[in-house]
Amino acid sequence: MTMTKLQLITKGLIKDNPTFVLLLGMCPTLATTTSAINGLSMGLATLFVLVLSNMAISAIASLVPDKVHIPVYIVVIATFVTVLQFLMQAFTPSVYASLGLFIPLIVVNCIVLGRAEAFANKHGVIDSALDGLGVGLGFTLSLTVIGLVREILGSGSAFGFKFISGDGMLAFVMAPGAFLVLGYLMVLFNKYLAKK
Amino acid sequence: MEILLIIVSAIFVNNIVLSQFLGICPFLGVSNKLSTATGMSAAVCFVITLATLVTYLLNKYCLVPLDLQFLQTIAFILVIAALVQMVEIVLKKVSPSLYQALGIFLPLITTNCAVLGVAINVVTKEFTFGQPSHMLGLGEAVLYAFATAVGYGVAMILFSGLREHLAMNDVPKAFKGVPIALVTVGILAMAFMGFSGIA
Repeated sequence: MTMTKLQLITKGLIKDNPTFVLLLGMCPTLATTTSAINGLSMGLATLFVLVLSNMAISAIASLVPDKVHIPVYIVVIATFVTVLQFLMQAFTPSVYASLGLFIPLIVVNCIVLGRAEAFANKHGVIDSALDGLGVGLGFTLSLTVIGLVREILGSGSAFGFKFISGDGMLAFVMAPGAFLVLGYLMVLFNKYLAKK
Repeated sequence: MEILLIIVSAIFVNNIVLSQFLGICPFLGVSNKLSTATGMSAAVCFVITLATLVTYLLNKYCLVPLDLQFLQTIAFILVIAALVQMVEIVLKKVSPSLYQALGIFLPLITTNCAVLGVAINVVTKEFTFGQPSHMLGLGEAVLYAFATAVGYGVAMILFSGLREHLAMNDVPKAFKGVPIALVTVGILAMAFMGFSGIA
């Protein structure tokens, strides 16, 4: 099955959504979505690594011996993650501080290695970049939505703009809220897919 | 006293799955049956402790003297991948029965973010444990890693017990599978929030 360039970009949004359909990259999804802004930045950080590692891997795929391909891919991904760490420390130190450990942990995000294995090593550089872009956008979208819901319920604000006075339901900003919101959003997603 | 604080805090108060969100993929993936959950917990416990020991020494005696801390991410993931492979080979030779029990889980552990997460945490973060905040020494780091891994096992085994019961219940179609599991973990996490403040 060949996909058009546009399909490559849009399939990650709903049909192959990495969070709600493929259930990949759960740790950053749960941990960094305490607010919409945090979710959005984590999504964009992953998008950055995903596009670059997909391009690099598709370019070198034919040179890498099959036996050692996984370690090689991991080193490529880890290199881009280190680049990202430097860039974020220099330009957005406050975001870097609030995402913390989960920036280096992009290395073990199964979405990135998954796309390298399933797509980038069989396709051209441009297609791989678009695939990374599409999956990254889908991931960013779901993280932003989860973050937004948790922020509205948990602190009564959206993207940092407060619309109620006082605190919200604090549990939604803390650990249990992450699991509950993701669970219920997944139910809504399943309902929507079943209707179609 | 400090030892006790490390253990209680790592297992219950800052449980690695329920409050730090590390290692969720295998947590959801292999918790369907109690027996596989136990096997996975044992394998993770072994690898986390060993990986933290090795990466701590690597960081202290190789990366820090050479001023190469920015290579932490790359170096650690390579060490972990190599370590998992080695454990697999050694186990196959030394204890085939244990290898049979843990075998299928070992390769999965490389991409378990709990391992890399703990290894990075102990060398970059400062901890208190009832004292002024300080970087962990080798003994503390390994103990912390081990206790964290035990916390992973506790959460995993509790959850798989719950899930075995869930499987027998009739849940609405849209909730089937992962959504109901996530809601259950949410409630479990709420219960674990009750531990906050004791250490």
